[in-house]
Amino acid sequence: MNKLTLTSKSFLIPGIILLVGLIILVALPYFTPIYTAILLSTIFMYVVLTTSWAMFSGPTGQISLATAAFFGVGIYIAATLGTIMPLLVVVLIGGLVSAALALFVGGLTLRLKGIYFTIFTFGLLELMKNLLLWFEIKFTGTRGRFVVVVDYNTVYFIMLAILVLTLLTAYLIRRSKYGLALQGIGEQEEAAEHIGINVTLVKVFTFAISAFFIGAAGTIMATRWTYVDPYIAFNMNFSFTPVLMAIFGGIGPLFGPVLGAIIFAYLEEILITKFPYYYMLLFGMVMVVSVLYLPNGLVGLIQSWRARTMGGEHGNS
Amino acid sequence: MAILEGVGVTKYFGGLAAVSDVDFHVDQGEIVGLIGPNGAGKTTLFGLISAALVPKPGLIRFKGENITGLKPHQICRKGLARTFQSVKIFPNMPVISNVALGVHFGTPERVTSAQAAEEAAKLLEFVGLSATAAIPAKDLTLVNQKLLEVARALATKPEVLLLDEIMAGLNPTEIAQAMELVSKIRAQGITILMIEHVMKAIMNVCDRIMVLHHGKKIAEGTPQEIATSETVIKVYLGE
Repeated sequence: MNKLTLTSKSFLIPGIILLVGLIILVALPYFTPIYTAILLSTIFMYVVLTTSWAMFSGPTGQISLATAAFFGVGIYIAATLGTIMPLLVVVLIGGLVSAALALFVGGLTLRLKGIYFTIFTFGLLELMKNLLLWFEIKFTGTRGRFVVVVDYNTVYFIMLAILVLTLLTAYLIRRSKYGLALQGIGEQEEAAEHIGINVTLVKVFTFAISAFFIGAAGTIMATRWTYVDPYIAFNMNFSFTPVLMAIFGGIGPLFGPVLGAIIFAYLEEILITKFPYYYMLLFGMVMVVSVLYLPNGLVGLIQSWRARTMGGEHGNS
Repeated sequence: MAILEGVGVTKYFGGLAAVSDVDFHVDQGEIVGLIGPNGAGKTTLFGLISAALVPKPGLIRFKGENITGLKPHQICRKGLARTFQSVKIFPNMPVISNVALGVHFGTPERVTSAQAAEEAAKLLEFVGLSATAAIPAKDLTLVNQKLLEVARALATKPEVLLLDEIMAGLNPTEIAQAMELVSKIRAQGITILMIEHVMKAIMNVCDRIMVLHHGKKIAEGTPQEIATSETVIKVYLGE
């Protein structure tokens, strides 16, 4: 009883802030130009991809480059089912098919360690792309497909909903015993097995859950692009960018990847509009500087700054 | 009755038989010592029992049931826990979370995180690590990391506990404490199979001792019998 009131009190203030933030985000498209909704949908997408990636790769330390593969599956679900089913159902199917692919691939490959797993996931992306390309040309006689168009505000709201669900799921996994188990697996897999953790099961399911949100995000984003082909859908940038964003923000705490994705995505937008010719150059410089000077990402910077201002008390922790 | 038993347990690494046709049994409530020179196959045998490795050929029975070929987490949930010779703690996790993880996953029962934390705190007190509950496990001394492994193994509520050299590198006072801890664990009804090089500890604590040499069991008996066995003396001191 006592514990319950204590927790509800400590959750009150952040809870109110989150709720107010959410209300503002829901109301935003009604008061701002359409550009805001488009920009925010893109930012939300990156937050979803980065948080989902960090959900699995963060604690386990197994770097996955399959993000774009799951994202692409979502995109192709939108392209094939978009005209015959209601949008929300299509988004759900996009997520589920991605998750099913992750279950299958994860079951086969999650026992691979380190670089071998990373290379395999990258190979999966290329495999999906080329398999689809071959299939489309050989059997359907097309290379690209048109995707049903949805208005910007609908994309915005669905993306916002996926974002909220992703963050909520990531938060709940972290708090649960499975979050602790994932961390244990990352730190000392053999010991984790020997204290009763079904390592393969925990890993494969987390991988699948993260793929669900990535696939759902891909499905809804596809409706903004009107035309897709395998090269657009299975673009490797969607594998690398979330990793960079998570490293930039800091992989440890939940808000690290979120912060990284928001700032990174916004920065990309600013640079690409303000300095179209020097965009890549400036972007690269920001990346190099952050890798050199922020080994623990923005979150690490904030933590060390807090440790300093609070004095020696937490200096060592 | 034998709670743990092995029949013709064999394991080859390439052409080398690390463990060769070993028959053994551990009775309920016993403390059995496993000794032998370095490279004798002791830790390999532990790996075979705890399913980190699979015997080929050979058979391992736990409470009468054939457990050969099960996964390590299944073995653990059946009530067979182990510690590691080279410590395998979760370094960046607080000490208490290391143990709590064992409480959560080591048994088929469901526990709330409050129950797990409470249980973990009790176990830390049992092994004498209460004062360090909140610090990251990597900051413990090696001796305390080994005690943490014992607490974590106990968290899975084992019926048989395999202890792999928990006394290596301890000073005489710490060895005495560790011996007392082993007796305390047995007093809780837990059967113990332990690998140890500290002869004083092995001779005092164990009911029975098995000796491995080049992967083969060369002797077995009470501490008294082993201490006076010519074969064993030959192996340890040379011809």
